[in-house]
Amino acid sequence: MEPASLPAEPSRLARLLRQLGATAFSLFITFIGLLAVTFVISRVVPIDPVTSILGNRASQAQIDDAREALGLNDPTYMQFGIYLRDTLRGDLGTSIRTREPVLKEVGQRFPATLELATLATLLGVLIGLPAGVIAATRPGSLYDQAVRLIGLMGYSMPVFWLGLIGLLLFYGTLGWVGGPGRLDAVYQMSYDFEVTQYTGMIMLDTALNGRWDMFANAFSHIILPAGILAYISMAYISRMTRSFMMNELGQEYITTARVKGMPERRVVWVHALKNVMVPLITVIALSYAYLLEGAVLTETIFAWPGLGSYITDALQVADMPAVLGGTVVVGVAYIGLNMLSDLLYRLVDPRART
Amino acid sequence: MSTLITWLRDPNPASRLQSKLGQSYLSWLRLRRNPLAMIGLTISLALVLMALFAPLLAPHDPIAQELSRRLLPPGTAGNWLGTDDFGRDILSRIIFGSRITLYIVLLVILTAPVVGLIIGTIAGYFGGWTDEILMRITDIFLAFPKLILALALVAVLGPGMENAVLAIALTSWPPYARVARAETLTVRNSDYIAAVKLQGAGAARVIWGHVMPMCLPSVIIRVTLDMAGVILTAAGLGFLGLGVQPPLPEWGLMISAGRKFLFEQWWVATMPGLAIFIVSLGFNLLGDGLRDVLDPRSTSK
Repeated sequence: MEPASLPAEPSRLARLLRQLGATAFSLFITFIGLLAVTFVISRVVPIDPVTSILGNRASQAQIDDAREALGLNDPTYMQFGIYLRDTLRGDLGTSIRTREPVLKEVGQRFPATLELATLATLLGVLIGLPAGVIAATRPGSLYDQAVRLIGLMGYSMPVFWLGLIGLLLFYGTLGWVGGPGRLDAVYQMSYDFEVTQYTGMIMLDTALNGRWDMFANAFSHIILPAGILAYISMAYISRMTRSFMMNELGQEYITTARVKGMPERRVVWVHALKNVMVPLITVIALSYAYLLEGAVLTETIFAWPGLGSYITDALQVADMPAVLGGTVVVGVAYIGLNMLSDLLYRLVDPRART
Repeated sequence: MSTLITWLRDPNPASRLQSKLGQSYLSWLRLRRNPLAMIGLTISLALVLMALFAPLLAPHDPIAQELSRRLLPPGTAGNWLGTDDFGRDILSRIIFGSRITLYIVLLVILTAPVVGLIIGTIAGYFGGWTDEILMRITDIFLAFPKLILALALVAVLGPGMENAVLAIALTSWPPYARVARAETLTVRNSDYIAAVKLQGAGAARVIWGHVMPMCLPSVIIRVTLDMAGVILTAAGLGFLGLGVQPPLPEWGLMISAGRKFLFEQWWVATMPGLAIFIVSLGFNLLGDGLRDVLDPRSTSK
């Protein structure tokens, strides 16, 4: 118990600010670390950047000039400094394949991945959270075992294989869903020219434009890849929800609520769930971040023009600036989400503020 | 047999060995009661046996091409899982592929946990700045998207099995470091460590002989649970053409080869995927069961 005379508010604010500062600092350090790793990778690459620009018929003088212009004669730490400065300014280099700035290309691809990962996370939470709660209320029951087994199966399936099976079954055999790509070819044209693209996320854009026919088509294309990613995220979320919930239902305040005669449904879904939501925020953010990168293989299968397929396409032609630029962007999104969940956790849970 | 069991169950063990074996026996009894874990154990053992006796089990040469028998459907006499576009028997390729899968898993679990264990125990034991720096590095690697980092690494190192293993190992050590550090922190200040130090043992001896053994159980549980992840990542790299190279029968590579005629000859892509799924599920079931048995925190709940 704190004495009542102590002013509690300012110190709490100061503590929050200090934590914000610490979080920002560790975010910065992690970011530098990320860039250090991609820098090292880009330096050990067996492709000579000079030859890739000038071709192999350049004279020695041209090669020397190019080396100087690219800063390759500077000491390594200076090269890293320049790389750091360029990246912070948003210059991720130029794609060898298309001669376009990597940042611009990544920007065009990002909304597709974001749309896919967001829908998948939403579905994963909507199914995984109730499944986990119910499993926790009946531990050891047939239902609990089923949720556990379905979750473990989700952990064990190669996502690209699941994608192929899904295509074979729901597209090839049953014809229930749209095939690879984000839209049918007919709609793709009219999306490019007739729809105001506010976000680059097709479902959102078509809804904002009132083009519900196109919305339905986009939905039929996204539901299969999103459903497959949602299965993976559901496996994780239901498992964590169950474990948090089990822990919470053993607490004394739950017993008190039950003894008071509160309906069991209210005890579980209101009182316990409210406290479980705090650690669950972290879990959901983590699974969202994981889907941003887990989309790599799924996008390849479904010809989804997102970040993942951008990186793998670039890999096939050894376009290293594009690969590393894409890696940096995914890494930043990943770090950002991690930190955000950490921050939310501290804001929401009073116990974590000490 | 019964004397062995009485010896194992003796409540007053006469030697350290007897006490340890007795503990393992009790854990085994608990594991045996978990049917899912036993299924997992069976699958894992089957994988090992399949890899060991591949030449005896496989009906055909996994690499020999027979173009007159290409793309035969499953159920054909002599090719029970069908053939691929070069007329190679899919069942034989899956059986020989188990060797590659097991080889990759073994290489990764012999490197990544060791690195993590060393870094984690050093950080936990010394504390202070050493801890700060080592854990910061760990956090950086932990904050990385794993698959993408592995992709970038293989892209520069060049595709191939050894580089795939290196990339997977480099991206999977941080969780082990975290686990080992946490365990180290709990034992660092215990009396027996102080006693060893008073006997004049140096830091290296304390860490190697007295801290690391305490971390091993948690690390081993983590390894079992991670094995499925290693298999999936390796298959993913193979699928993208960045892991094991053709004509070796790696399962991910086989799926990618079968992708071209998925809608006409579905078995070429789906059969190897089934193998990946069954093996990963086996490791996951076993790991899950082992955790329930060996981790005191999860059994108390």
